[in-house]
Amino acid sequence: MTRIALKVNGQAVERDVAPRRNLVDFLRDELNLTGTNVGCEHGVCGACTLEIDGAPARSCIAFAVACDGASVRTIEGFDDDPVMIELRAAFNAEHALQCGYCTPGMLVTARDIVTRLPDADEARIREELSGNLCRCTGYVGIVRAIVSVMAARKSSGGGR
Amino acid sequence: MKAPHFEYEKPATLADALRLLSAGGDNAKVLAGGQSLGPLLNLRMARPDLLVDIRTLPELRACEDDADSVTLGAAVTHAAIEDGQVPDPTHGLLARVAQGIAYRAVRNRGTLGGSLAHADPAADWVTTMVLLDAELRVAGADGERVLRVEDLVEGPLSTCLAPDEIIVSVRLPRLSADARWSYYKFNRKPGEFAEAIAAVVHDPARGVVRAVLGAMEGAPHVIPDPHALLGGDIDALAADIVTRSGFAPDTYEHRVHAVTLRRAVAGLA
Repeated sequence: MTRIALKVNGQAVERDVAPRRNLVDFLRDELNLTGTNVGCEHGVCGACTLEIDGAPARSCIAFAVACDGASVRTIEGFDDDPVMIELRAAFNAEHALQCGYCTPGMLVTARDIVTRLPDADEARIREELSGNLCRCTGYVGIVRAIVSVMAARKSSGGGR
Repeated sequence: MKAPHFEYEKPATLADALRLLSAGGDNAKVLAGGQSLGPLLNLRMARPDLLVDIRTLPELRACEDDADSVTLGAAVTHAAIEDGQVPDPTHGLLARVAQGIAYRAVRNRGTLGGSLAHADPAADWVTTMVLLDAELRVAGADGERVLRVEDLVEGPLSTCLAPDEIIVSVRLPRLSADARWSYYKFNRKPGEFAEAIAAVVHDPARGVVRAVLGAMEGAPHVIPDPHALLGGDIDALAADIVTRSGFAPDTYEHRVHAVTLRRAVAGLA
Protein backbone atom coordinates (compact mmCIF):
# COMPACT_ATOMS: atom_id res chain seq x y z
CA MET A 1 0.00 0.00 0.00
CA THR A 2 1.11 3.53 -0.80
CA ARG A 3 -0.18 6.67 0.89
CA ILE A 4 -1.61 9.22 -1.54
CA ALA A 5 -3.02 12.71 -1.02
CA LEU A 6 -5.10 14.32 -3.72
CA LYS A 7 -8.06 16.61 -4.22
CA VAL A 8 -11.33 15.14 -5.42
CA ASN A 9 -14.03 17.65 -6.37
CA GLY A 10 -12.26 20.24 -4.25
CA GLN A 11 -12.03 18.07 -1.13
CA ALA A 12 -8.67 16.92 0.21
CA VAL A 13 -8.48 13.12 0.36
CA GLU A 14 -5.79 10.93 1.89
CA ARG A 15 -5.83 7.15 1.54
CA ASP A 16 -3.62 4.08 1.31
CA VAL A 17 -3.91 2.44 -2.09
CA ALA A 18 -2.47 -0.61 -3.79
CA PRO A 19 -0.51 0.57 -6.86
CA ARG A 20 -2.64 -1.61 -9.15
CA ARG A 21 -5.82 0.20 -8.12
CA ASN A 22 -7.08 2.27 -11.04
CA LEU A 23 -8.48 5.73 -10.43
CA VAL A 24 -12.09 4.93 -11.31
CA ASP A 25 -12.26 1.98 -8.92
CA PHE A 26 -10.65 4.12 -6.22
CA LEU A 27 -13.31 6.81 -6.71
CA ARG A 28 -16.22 4.38 -6.84
CA ASP A 29 -15.21 1.89 -4.17
CA GLU A 30 -13.25 4.03 -1.70
CA LEU A 31 -14.98 7.40 -2.04
CA ASN A 32 -18.44 6.20 -3.07
CA LEU A 33 -18.39 8.51 -6.10
CA THR A 34 -20.27 6.20 -8.45
CA GLY A 35 -21.08 8.79 -11.12
CA THR A 36 -18.03 7.78 -13.17
CA ASN A 37 -18.75 4.56 -15.03
CA VAL A 38 -16.37 1.73 -15.93
CA GLY A 39 -16.63 0.53 -19.49
CA CYS A 40 -13.94 -1.13 -21.57
CA GLU A 41 -11.09 -0.79 -19.04
CA HIS A 42 -8.53 -0.15 -21.74
CA GLY A 43 -9.04 3.48 -22.62
CA VAL A 44 -11.19 3.10 -25.72
CA CYS A 45 -14.85 3.64 -24.81
CA GLY A 46 -14.65 6.92 -22.85
CA ALA A 47 -17.25 5.99 -20.21
CA CYS A 48 -14.76 6.69 -17.39
CA THR A 49 -13.66 10.10 -18.70
CA LEU A 50 -13.17 12.72 -15.95
CA GLU A 51 -10.81 15.61 -15.35
CA ILE A 52 -7.34 15.30 -13.89
CA ASP A 53 -5.74 18.69 -13.21
CA GLY A 54 -8.35 20.39 -15.35
CA ALA A 55 -8.00 18.22 -18.47
CA PRO A 56 -10.10 15.23 -19.56
CA ALA A 57 -8.50 11.85 -18.90
CA ARG A 58 -9.37 8.15 -18.82
CA SER A 59 -9.72 7.02 -15.22
CA CYS A 60 -9.63 3.30 -16.10
CA ILE A 61 -6.02 3.47 -17.29
CA ALA A 62 -4.85 6.04 -14.72
CA PHE A 63 -3.65 4.51 -11.48
CA ALA A 64 -4.72 6.22 -8.28
CA VAL A 65 -1.16 5.99 -6.97
CA ALA A 66 0.04 8.07 -9.94
CA CYS A 67 -2.54 10.77 -9.10
CA ASP A 68 -0.84 11.67 -5.82
CA GLY A 69 -0.95 15.47 -5.62
CA ALA A 70 -3.42 15.78 -8.48
CA SER A 71 -6.79 17.50 -8.55
CA VAL A 72 -9.52 15.17 -9.83
CA ARG A 73 -12.99 16.32 -10.88
CA THR A 74 -15.71 13.75 -11.44
CA ILE A 75 -19.21 14.30 -12.82
CA GLU A 76 -20.38 14.92 -9.23
CA GLY A 77 -18.02 17.93 -9.12
CA PHE A 78 -19.76 19.72 -11.98
CA ASP A 79 -23.13 20.31 -10.29
CA ASP A 80 -22.70 24.08 -10.17
CA ASP A 81 -20.58 24.51 -13.28
CA PRO A 82 -22.32 26.97 -15.65
CA VAL A 83 -21.33 25.14 -18.87
CA MET A 84 -22.39 21.79 -17.42
CA ILE A 85 -25.75 23.23 -16.35
CA GLU A 86 -26.35 24.28 -19.96
CA LEU A 87 -25.16 20.93 -21.30
CA ARG A 88 -27.42 18.97 -18.93
CA ALA A 89 -30.44 20.97 -20.08
CA ALA A 90 -29.47 20.53 -23.74
CA PHE A 91 -28.87 16.76 -23.34
CA ASN A 92 -32.34 16.57 -21.82
CA ALA A 93 -33.98 18.68 -24.52
CA GLU A 94 -32.28 16.86 -27.42
CA HIS A 95 -32.74 13.33 -26.07
CA ALA A 96 -28.95 12.95 -25.98
CA LEU A 97 -29.10 9.93 -23.70
CA GLN A 98 -31.05 6.74 -23.33
CA CYS A 99 -29.49 4.29 -20.87
CA GLY A 100 -27.15 6.98 -19.53
CA TYR A 101 -24.08 4.79 -19.14
CA CYS A 102 -21.89 6.89 -21.43
CA THR A 103 -23.38 10.19 -20.26
CA PRO A 104 -20.93 11.23 -17.48
CA GLY A 105 -17.95 10.72 -19.81
CA MET A 106 -19.87 12.24 -22.70
CA LEU A 107 -20.62 15.38 -20.65
CA VAL A 108 -17.00 15.82 -19.56
CA THR A 109 -15.88 15.55 -23.19
CA ALA A 110 -18.71 17.83 -24.34
CA ARG A 111 -17.70 20.46 -21.80
CA ASP A 112 -14.10 20.26 -23.06
CA ILE A 113 -15.30 20.80 -26.64
CA VAL A 114 -17.50 23.78 -25.71
CA THR A 115 -14.77 25.51 -23.68
CA ARG A 116 -11.66 24.59 -25.71
CA LEU A 117 -13.11 24.78 -29.24
CA PRO A 118 -15.90 27.38 -29.12
CA ASP A 119 -15.85 27.73 -32.93
CA ALA A 120 -15.92 24.03 -33.79
CA ASP A 121 -18.30 22.99 -36.59
CA GLU A 122 -20.33 19.79 -36.49
CA ALA A 123 -17.64 17.75 -38.25
CA ARG A 124 -15.06 18.78 -35.66
CA ILE A 125 -17.48 18.09 -32.81
CA ARG A 126 -18.01 14.57 -34.15
CA GLU A 127 -14.27 14.06 -34.47
CA GLU A 128 -13.69 15.25 -30.91
CA LEU A 129 -16.49 12.98 -29.67
CA SER A 130 -15.03 9.92 -31.39
CA GLY A 131 -13.38 8.77 -28.17
CA ASN A 132 -16.71 8.42 -26.35
CA LEU A 133 -18.87 5.52 -27.44
CA CYS A 134 -22.65 5.54 -27.07
CA ARG A 135 -24.48 2.35 -27.97
CA CYS A 136 -27.99 3.86 -27.76
CA THR A 137 -28.46 7.22 -29.39
CA GLY A 138 -26.56 7.17 -32.66
CA TYR A 139 -24.94 10.45 -31.53
CA VAL A 140 -27.40 12.70 -33.39
CA GLY A 141 -28.95 14.06 -30.20
CA ILE A 142 -25.58 14.37 -28.47
CA VAL A 143 -24.10 16.39 -31.32
CA ARG A 144 -27.24 18.53 -31.51
CA ALA A 145 -27.06 19.23 -27.77
CA ILE A 146 -23.43 20.37 -28.00
CA VAL A 147 -24.14 22.50 -31.08
CA SER A 148 -27.07 24.17 -29.30
CA VAL A 149 -24.99 25.02 -26.22
CA MET A 150 -22.21 26.47 -28.37
CA ALA A 151 -24.69 28.53 -30.40
CA ALA A 152 -26.44 29.83 -27.29
CA ARG A 153 -23.16 30.81 -25.68
CA LYS A 154 -22.09 32.65 -28.82
CA SER A 155 -25.35 34.56 -29.24
CA SER A 156 -25.37 35.54 -25.58
CA GLY A 157 -21.79 36.76 -25.93
CA GLY A 158 -20.84 34.30 -23.21
CA GLY A 159 -17.87 33.01 -25.20
CA ARG A 160 -15.91 30.81 -22.88
CA MET B 1 -9.81 -6.56 -16.50
CA LYS B 2 -7.72 -5.05 -13.74
CA ALA B 3 -3.96 -4.70 -13.73
CA PRO B 4 -1.94 -7.39 -11.92
CA HIS B 5 0.01 -6.54 -8.79
CA PHE B 6 3.06 -4.29 -9.20
CA GLU B 7 5.23 -2.05 -7.07
CA TYR B 8 5.33 1.66 -7.84
CA GLU B 9 8.06 4.27 -7.43
CA LYS B 10 8.03 7.92 -8.38
CA PRO B 11 11.64 9.14 -8.25
CA ALA B 12 12.41 12.86 -7.99
CA THR B 13 15.32 12.86 -10.43
CA LEU B 14 16.38 11.14 -13.63
CA ALA B 15 19.42 9.68 -11.84
CA ASP B 16 17.15 8.07 -9.22
CA ALA B 17 14.89 6.70 -11.96
CA LEU B 18 17.86 5.11 -13.74
CA ARG B 19 19.06 3.54 -10.47
CA LEU B 20 15.60 2.07 -9.80
CA LEU B 21 15.42 0.64 -13.32
CA SER B 22 18.90 -0.89 -13.09
CA ALA B 23 18.08 -2.48 -9.74
CA GLY B 24 14.75 -3.72 -11.09
CA GLY B 25 16.32 -5.55 -14.01
CA ASP B 26 14.12 -6.90 -16.80
CA ASN B 27 10.95 -6.74 -14.68
CA ALA B 28 11.00 -2.99 -14.10
CA LYS B 29 9.15 -0.81 -16.58
CA VAL B 30 9.07 2.92 -17.21
CA LEU B 31 5.66 4.56 -16.77
CA ALA B 32 5.16 7.95 -18.44
CA GLY B 33 1.65 8.96 -19.53
CA GLY B 34 0.47 5.37 -19.23
CA GLN B 35 -1.86 5.55 -22.22
CA SER B 36 -0.38 2.43 -23.81
CA LEU B 37 1.10 0.73 -20.75
CA GLY B 38 -2.15 1.21 -18.78
CA PRO B 39 -4.21 -0.81 -21.29
CA LEU B 40 -1.44 -3.44 -21.58
CA LEU B 41 -1.43 -3.84 -17.78
CA ASN B 42 -5.22 -4.07 -17.61
CA LEU B 43 -5.22 -6.63 -20.42
CA ARG B 44 -2.37 -8.43 -18.55
CA MET B 45 -0.21 -8.41 -21.63
CA ALA B 46 2.45 -6.66 -19.50
CA ARG B 47 3.28 -7.96 -16.02
CA PRO B 48 6.13 -5.86 -14.61
CA ASP B 49 7.13 -6.17 -10.95
CA LEU B 50 7.94 -2.49 -10.70
CA LEU B 51 6.73 0.68 -12.43
CA VAL B 52 9.03 3.71 -12.33
CA ASP B 53 6.92 6.82 -12.93
CA ILE B 54 8.88 9.44 -14.89
CA ARG B 55 5.96 11.59 -16.02
CA THR B 56 6.85 14.67 -14.00
CA LEU B 57 10.67 14.47 -14.07
CA PRO B 58 11.86 18.01 -14.84
CA GLU B 59 14.72 16.68 -17.02
CA LEU B 60 12.12 15.20 -19.38
CA ARG B 61 9.97 18.30 -19.68
CA ALA B 62 12.55 20.83 -20.87
CA CYS B 63 12.39 22.12 -24.46
CA GLU B 64 15.08 24.00 -26.39
CA ASP B 65 14.81 26.10 -29.52
CA ASP B 66 17.92 27.02 -31.55
CA ALA B 67 18.72 28.07 -35.10
CA ASP B 68 18.96 24.55 -36.55
CA SER B 69 16.73 22.44 -34.37
CA VAL B 70 14.15 22.10 -31.64
CA THR B 71 14.56 19.70 -28.74
CA LEU B 72 11.40 18.45 -27.06
CA GLY B 73 11.44 16.78 -23.67
CA ALA B 74 10.31 13.17 -23.84
CA ALA B 75 7.49 13.76 -21.34
CA VAL B 76 5.86 16.49 -23.43
CA THR B 77 2.25 15.44 -24.05
CA HIS B 78 0.54 15.12 -27.41
CA ALA B 79 -1.95 17.78 -26.27
CA ALA B 80 0.86 20.26 -25.52
CA ILE B 81 2.15 19.74 -29.07
CA GLU B 82 -1.41 19.98 -30.49
CA ASP B 83 -1.96 23.26 -28.67
CA GLY B 84 1.37 24.79 -29.69
CA GLN B 85 2.63 25.00 -26.12
CA VAL B 86 6.06 23.80 -27.27
CA PRO B 87 8.16 25.04 -30.20
CA ASP B 88 7.41 23.45 -33.59
CA PRO B 89 10.21 23.54 -36.21
CA THR B 90 8.01 21.93 -38.89
CA HIS B 91 5.49 24.67 -39.76
CA GLY B 92 2.56 22.79 -38.31
CA LEU B 93 3.31 19.13 -39.05
CA LEU B 94 3.74 18.29 -35.37
CA ALA B 95 0.45 19.93 -34.32
CA ARG B 96 -1.40 18.28 -37.20
CA VAL B 97 -0.06 14.83 -36.30
CA ALA B 98 -0.72 15.36 -32.58
CA GLN B 99 -4.34 16.29 -33.18
CA GLY B 100 -4.91 12.96 -34.93
CA ILE B 101 -3.55 10.79 -32.11
CA ALA B 102 -6.24 8.77 -30.33
CA TYR B 103 -8.60 11.11 -28.42
CA ARG B 104 -8.13 14.32 -26.46
CA ALA B 105 -8.44 12.52 -23.10
CA VAL B 106 -5.56 10.29 -24.21
CA ARG B 107 -3.55 13.16 -25.70
CA ASN B 108 -3.72 15.03 -22.39
CA ARG B 109 -1.73 12.23 -20.70
CA GLY B 110 0.22 10.42 -23.43
CA THR B 111 3.78 11.53 -24.08
CA LEU B 112 6.04 11.86 -27.13
CA GLY B 113 8.84 9.76 -25.61
CA GLY B 114 6.43 7.17 -24.29
CA SER B 115 4.93 6.66 -27.73
CA LEU B 116 8.39 6.24 -29.28
CA ALA B 117 9.55 3.80 -26.60
CA HIS B 118 6.35 1.79 -26.92
CA ALA B 119 7.01 1.47 -30.69
CA ASP B 120 3.57 0.46 -31.82
CA PRO B 121 3.95 0.19 -35.61
CA ALA B 122 0.63 2.01 -36.10
CA ALA B 123 1.57 4.93 -33.84
CA ASP B 124 2.03 8.37 -35.34
CA TRP B 125 5.21 9.65 -33.70
CA VAL B 126 7.41 6.74 -34.75
CA THR B 127 6.59 7.42 -38.41
CA THR B 128 6.72 11.21 -38.04
CA MET B 129 10.08 11.23 -36.28
CA VAL B 130 11.60 8.86 -38.83
CA LEU B 131 10.26 11.16 -41.57
CA LEU B 132 11.93 14.17 -39.94
CA ASP B 133 15.11 12.19 -39.20
CA ALA B 134 14.87 13.13 -35.53
CA GLU B 135 17.42 12.08 -32.93
CA LEU B 136 16.84 10.79 -29.43
CA ARG B 137 18.90 11.52 -26.36
CA VAL B 138 18.81 8.38 -24.26
CA ALA B 139 20.04 8.10 -20.67
CA GLY B 140 21.22 4.86 -19.10
CA ALA B 141 23.26 3.66 -16.15
CA ASP B 142 26.49 4.16 -18.12
CA GLY B 143 25.70 7.67 -19.34
CA GLU B 144 23.94 9.10 -22.34
CA ARG B 145 23.86 8.26 -26.02
CA VAL B 146 22.33 9.79 -29.12
CA LEU B 147 20.29 7.62 -31.46
CA ARG B 148 18.49 8.27 -34.75
CA VAL B 149 14.79 7.41 -34.48
CA GLU B 150 15.30 5.53 -37.74
CA ASP B 151 17.52 3.08 -35.79
CA LEU B 152 15.18 2.79 -32.79
CA VAL B 153 12.47 0.33 -33.82
CA GLU B 154 13.45 -3.31 -34.26
CA GLY B 155 9.97 -4.76 -34.63
CA PRO B 156 6.42 -4.38 -33.33
CA LEU B 157 6.60 -3.05 -29.74
CA SER B 158 10.33 -3.71 -29.83
CA THR B 159 13.20 -1.20 -29.75
CA CYS B 160 16.95 -1.20 -29.27
CA LEU B 161 16.54 0.51 -25.88
CA ALA B 162 17.85 -1.47 -22.91
CA PRO B 163 15.34 -2.10 -20.08
CA ASP B 164 17.19 0.44 -17.91
CA GLU B 165 17.39 3.21 -20.50
CA ILE B 166 15.10 6.25 -20.65
CA ILE B 167 14.45 8.56 -23.61
CA VAL B 168 15.23 12.07 -22.34
CA SER B 169 14.46 14.20 -25.37
CA VAL B 170 13.83 14.27 -29.09
CA ARG B 171 15.80 16.62 -31.35
CA LEU B 172 14.11 17.72 -34.56
CA PRO B 173 15.87 19.53 -37.41
CA ARG B 174 14.28 22.85 -38.30
CA LEU B 175 12.55 22.87 -41.69
CA SER B 176 13.31 25.79 -44.01
CA ALA B 177 10.73 28.49 -44.61
CA ASP B 178 9.71 27.05 -48.00
CA ALA B 179 9.67 23.40 -46.94
CA ARG B 180 6.51 21.38 -47.67
CA TRP B 181 5.19 18.32 -45.88
CA SER B 182 2.27 15.97 -46.17
CA TYR B 183 0.97 13.38 -43.75
CA TYR B 184 -1.86 10.99 -44.52
CA LYS B 185 -3.23 8.40 -42.15
CA PHE B 186 -5.86 5.85 -43.07
CA ASN B 187 -8.14 4.55 -40.36
CA ARG B 188 -11.79 3.70 -40.45
CA LYS B 189 -12.67 5.66 -37.31
CA PRO B 190 -10.97 8.80 -36.01
CA GLY B 191 -8.54 8.01 -33.24
CA GLU B 192 -8.20 4.30 -33.80
CA PHE B 193 -4.89 2.68 -34.71
CA ALA B 194 -3.86 3.46 -38.28
CA GLU B 195 -4.15 0.85 -40.98
CA ALA B 196 -1.70 2.78 -43.12
CA ILE B 197 0.35 5.97 -42.83
CA ALA B 198 2.39 7.78 -45.48
CA ALA B 199 4.33 10.98 -45.04
CA VAL B 200 6.53 13.13 -47.27
CA VAL B 201 8.73 16.11 -46.56
CA HIS B 202 10.37 18.24 -49.27
CA ASP B 203 12.80 20.88 -48.09
CA PRO B 204 14.72 22.14 -51.17
CA ALA B 205 16.78 24.71 -49.24
CA ARG B 206 18.28 21.92 -47.10
CA GLY B 207 18.36 19.44 -49.98
CA VAL B 208 16.04 17.08 -48.13
CA VAL B 209 13.41 14.82 -49.64
CA ARG B 210 12.17 12.06 -47.36
CA ALA B 211 9.16 9.79 -47.62
CA VAL B 212 8.09 7.13 -45.15
CA LEU B 213 5.45 4.43 -44.97
CA GLY B 214 4.04 3.77 -41.50
CA ALA B 215 1.74 1.23 -39.88
CA MET B 216 4.00 -1.49 -41.27
CA GLU B 217 4.51 -4.84 -39.58
CA GLY B 218 7.55 -3.46 -37.76
CA ALA B 219 9.64 -0.33 -38.25
CA PRO B 220 8.53 2.46 -40.60
CA HIS B 221 9.77 1.99 -44.16
CA VAL B 222 11.98 4.79 -45.46
CA ILE B 223 11.35 4.98 -49.21
CA PRO B 224 14.76 4.60 -50.87
CA ASP B 225 14.33 7.00 -53.84
CA PRO B 226 11.82 9.62 -52.69
CA HIS B 227 12.73 12.13 -55.44
CA ALA B 228 10.75 10.03 -57.94
CA LEU B 229 7.59 10.78 -55.95
CA LEU B 230 7.83 14.48 -56.83
CA GLY B 231 6.94 13.86 -60.50
CA GLY B 232 5.85 11.11 -62.86
CA ASP B 233 3.25 8.36 -62.81
CA ILE B 234 2.39 8.20 -59.13
CA ASP B 235 -0.10 5.31 -59.41
CA ALA B 236 2.41 2.79 -60.78
CA LEU B 237 5.21 4.18 -58.64
CA ALA B 238 3.21 3.95 -55.39
CA ALA B 239 2.25 0.35 -56.11
CA ASP B 240 5.87 -0.52 -56.86
CA ILE B 241 7.15 1.20 -53.69
CA VAL B 242 4.62 -0.62 -51.53
CA THR B 243 5.54 -3.96 -53.12
CA ARG B 244 9.23 -3.30 -52.42
CA SER B 245 8.39 -2.35 -48.82
CA GLY B 246 7.29 -5.94 -48.26
CA PHE B 247 3.54 -6.13 -48.94
CA ALA B 248 2.39 -8.75 -51.46
CA PRO B 249 0.51 -7.25 -54.43
CA ASP B 250 -3.27 -7.68 -54.54
CA THR B 251 -3.59 -7.84 -50.76
CA TYR B 252 -5.69 -5.43 -48.69
CA GLU B 253 -2.58 -4.14 -46.92
CA HIS B 254 -0.87 -3.43 -50.24
CA ARG B 255 -3.84 -1.53 -51.60
CA VAL B 256 -4.45 0.54 -48.52
CA HIS B 257 -0.78 1.52 -48.23
CA ALA B 258 -0.59 2.38 -51.94
CA VAL B 259 -3.71 4.58 -51.76
CA THR B 260 -2.39 6.21 -48.59
CA LEU B 261 0.95 6.97 -50.27
CA ARG B 262 -0.79 8.44 -53.32
CA ARG B 263 -2.93 10.67 -51.10
CA ALA B 264 0.10 11.80 -49.11
CA VAL B 265 1.94 12.74 -52.30
CA ALA B 266 -1.13 14.55 -53.66
CA GLY B 267 -1.33 16.45 -50.39
CA LEU B 268 2.15 17.84 -50.92
CA ALA B 269 1.04 19.99 -53.85
